[in-house]
Amino acid sequence: MENVVFDRIREEITGSDVVVFMKGTPVFPQCGFSAAVAQVLTVMGVKYKGVNVLDDPGIRDGIKSFSNWPTIPQLYVKGEFVGGCDIVREMYDSGELQQLLADKGVETQAA
Amino acid sequence: MAMQANEIERLIKEAIPDAQVRIEDLRGDGDHYAAYVSSAEFKGKSRVQQHQMVYAALQGRMGGELHALALQTAAPENG
Repeated sequence: MENVVFDRIREEITGSDVVVFMKGTPVFPQCGFSAAVAQVLTVMGVKYKGVNVLDDPGIRDGIKSFSNWPTIPQLYVKGEFVGGCDIVREMYDSGELQQLLADKGVETQAA
Repeated sequence: MAMQANEIERLIKEAIPDAQVRIEDLRGDGDHYAAYVSSAEFKGKSRVQQHQMVYAALQGRMGGELHALALQTAAPENG
């Protein structure tokens, strides 16, 4: 069972450059922490795919063991786990997130 | 369900004995905390790894009975 879920997670994180596992959707986040990550990416002008874990209990549990991370949201860039809400905000404030995206060749638009 | 701040601190120090821990109860409701954890054991580790160490110390409570713990970790500058 876990393998099937992990395969789907792998498909998601390799299928798009920037993926956020979140509660709700980018347009309608249903949790403050998910909204914060969505907002950071939107401000940076990053195109990303939101995976709504509320639609999928398998992914909701699976992503926690897949990433060894107990909470949602979770940000992936080019298949690599970047962090949850605290880390994303900290990295954005320090400019590290902008650098990481640039290093990975992900397009951003200066707002 | 909620956790006491001193219980959070105890669990973190049990797993990371040299940790300097500061906990703030953000809303005074025993359910939304911010924790600042600094430890020499964090040296050379990524933020994700540092946070994973703290989450491991909390033994599965994070995301369960501990709903919101804003976490900031650091290795001491000198030492």
